[in-house]
Amino acid sequence: MSVFEYAPAPESRSIVDIAPSYGLFVDGEFVDGTGEPFDSINPATEEVLTKVASGSAADVDRAVRAARRAFERTWGPMRPADRGKYLFRIARLLQERAREFAVLESLDNGKPIRESRDVDVPLAAAHFFYYAGWADKLEHVGLGTQPRPLGVAGQVIPWNFPLMMLAWKVAPALAAGNTVVLKPAETTPLTALLFAEVCRQADLPAGVVNIVTGAGDTGRAVVEHADVDKVAFTGSTDVGRQIARAVAGTRKKLTLELGGKAANIVFDDAPIDQAVEGIVQGIFFNQGHVCCAGSRLLVQESIHDEVIAALQRRIGTLRVGDPLDKNTDIGAINSAEQLARIRELSDIGEAEGAQRWQPAGDLPGRGFWFPPTVFTEVSPAHRIARDEVFGPVLSVLTFRTPDEAVAKANNSTYGLSAGIWSEKGSRILKIADQLRAGVVWANTFNKFDPTSPFGGYKQSGYGREGGRHGLAAYLKGADQ
Amino acid sequence: MIGNDRLAVRKTYKLYVGGAFPRSESGRTYEVTDAKGHFLANAAWASRKDARDAVVAARGAFAKWSGATAYNRGQVLYRVAEVMEGRHAQFCEEVAAGEGLSASKARAAVDAAIDRWVWYAGWTDKLAAVLGGANPVAGPYFDFSTPEPTGVVAVLAPQQSSLLGLVSVLAPVLATGNTAVVVTSKERPLPAVTLAEVLATSDVPGGVVNLLTGDAAELGTWLAEHADVDAVDLTGAPAHRAMEFEREAAGTIKRVLRAPTAEPDWTADPGLARMTPFLETKTVWHPIGL
Repeated sequence: MSVFEYAPAPESRSIVDIAPSYGLFVDGEFVDGTGEPFDSINPATEEVLTKVASGSAADVDRAVRAARRAFERTWGPMRPADRGKYLFRIARLLQERAREFAVLESLDNGKPIRESRDVDVPLAAAHFFYYAGWADKLEHVGLGTQPRPLGVAGQVIPWNFPLMMLAWKVAPALAAGNTVVLKPAETTPLTALLFAEVCRQADLPAGVVNIVTGAGDTGRAVVEHADVDKVAFTGSTDVGRQIARAVAGTRKKLTLELGGKAANIVFDDAPIDQAVEGIVQGIFFNQGHVCCAGSRLLVQESIHDEVIAALQRRIGTLRVGDPLDKNTDIGAINSAEQLARIRELSDIGEAEGAQRWQPAGDLPGRGFWFPPTVFTEVSPAHRIARDEVFGPVLSVLTFRTPDEAVAKANNSTYGLSAGIWSEKGSRILKIADQLRAGVVWANTFNKFDPTSPFGGYKQSGYGREGGRHGLAAYLKGADQ
Repeated sequence: MIGNDRLAVRKTYKLYVGGAFPRSESGRTYEVTDAKGHFLANAAWASRKDARDAVVAARGAFAKWSGATAYNRGQVLYRVAEVMEGRHAQFCEEVAAGEGLSASKARAAVDAAIDRWVWYAGWTDKLAAVLGGANPVAGPYFDFSTPEPTGVVAVLAPQQSSLLGLVSVLAPVLATGNTAVVVTSKERPLPAVTLAEVLATSDVPGGVVNLLTGDAAELGTWLAEHADVDAVDLTGAPAHRAMEFEREAAGTIKRVLRAPTAEPDWTADPGLARMTPFLETKTVWHPIGL
């Protein structure tokens, strides 16, 4: 289709220096884990990048004790302005080492360098910069004149935005005066370990940030540890349920950012070309590994054929391949396990009667890949219209009236995000009001900012990250 | 209450579901006594089916109540205080009997309960400004956050404070635009039924509040696991069941307001702590451009 072929424009990986193995970051030191170490691989090539320590329950206990000590002796008693200054330092270090973080993130996660460079890393730095400023202004959060930190926060984060999710968790926790034990996802631990190095460069006191790598058992040990005061989790709704059960009956405060199945609603008066860009951005950003992805396209019936034709034309120009190539639009699927799930749900979509469309073009021979995929003739009962695929798979449904659009959009156990495309302001505000979703993007999609609260309704979780709301999740007021 | 030569007409205490006063579909009742153990009334003993009917009613009422203007909701809640004031003596009598309070202490509790409605009535049109606002994002977007009701809230009302405690847990749920299914104090349910009569005549749309007299230990299970309940307030849950209810609530990721270790001092300034657990934050983005 294109007149000129793109020459490869790979970002150099020489900027990163990956050690042959990594330990846990506990009490300011890298230490061996007592669990069985595991490989972290590059999902675009299946190359083993390094060996990473696995934290056992005993390791988690060491980390929690270190965090408790730091909370009681250094971080808690510290002047709030100084806590803020440490966070400003961290923000600056992330900016200074941005290229290194971006390359490492793309290597470990498989996401295009264009996204890790322009979205993940800048937003991570912005989060620390934003919350740094809150550290000495907590009496203005809205929890009374003397809000108190909760203590030790146990945080478990997913693999889709490894560094950014770390920032969303660590920055508000520290600004509020807590200390943290963070478990990164087992397929993407490397930027969290590089972040540990940043903590050392910032001279952050030992024990304030502890990073314990591992799989589900390690996460469970963090969540269930008796001396953890706050649990924050981003991940699947199934695991969220288990965590909510595990903390039941304790005094632990809990926030959950879980799955989604966002409706992206396109009305017949929408500017079609802009809407198509938004649809593409909504579902193919980060290979669709996005809890708030616009995975259900609700298009008004009268413009269905026109939108689908334009969408297919646009998808035909997306470049799938080497995550480190600056031209790449869609990178690798994060793991073999996730690829299997995407394939399974796509096959079910076809078996249930939806029409699968994928653009022509070859995928790389090694690594985990899935082409951008559009299902039309999807009914609301199909599993691809209900289940979170967490991949580059779009389900298209139609509607005739605004009421039908709202009813179909809200017909989900999830309620994380939604999109509206229309030129009519009053309609946008009305529909935004009626959608049961925590984030509504109107004539845009997948925008994030540290000042902007993010989080779900219904089974997409509770609590918000970002803004004043995100800080309140790590504080208690006089009446709490 | 009664003249010397006149035989009093006694009240039948029933449930309040969907704006109507049904008996329990189960036909069950239980005996309610005063603090000294003397018979007061037979109360309806709500069943699982009653709880499920109440959830259906609360869900049905949600769109209208949450969609009403904040000003309107405030006026409706203020109206509850007005109508309560007219029944002041009746509430005093029921509270005094059920809680074993002196007349002056009962009066203080009723006064505080009425004033609490007024306090929450004044909150309805201020929450959005206090809890929401514009977010200064780093880009050409108008971005704002507003608090919204989470939906249907199941409330296990406090067991001790039968009126002030009840109003203190119910009013914040309504002020934030939610609809409620309330399980009253088991042993002291009578002021709740009288409150239902006040609600029914105070412009509160039917189904917005549903009051079930009965056993929180029994009904709590059904409400905590009910898929169409969005949040549970476990304040009046029996201590030995609260953890189990919280675990059941996890099945559908319900918002949970945990039971306090002891029943709180309901005369204290409530703050926002009973409203924020039942509020969602919605953030809306729109590009700015020509």
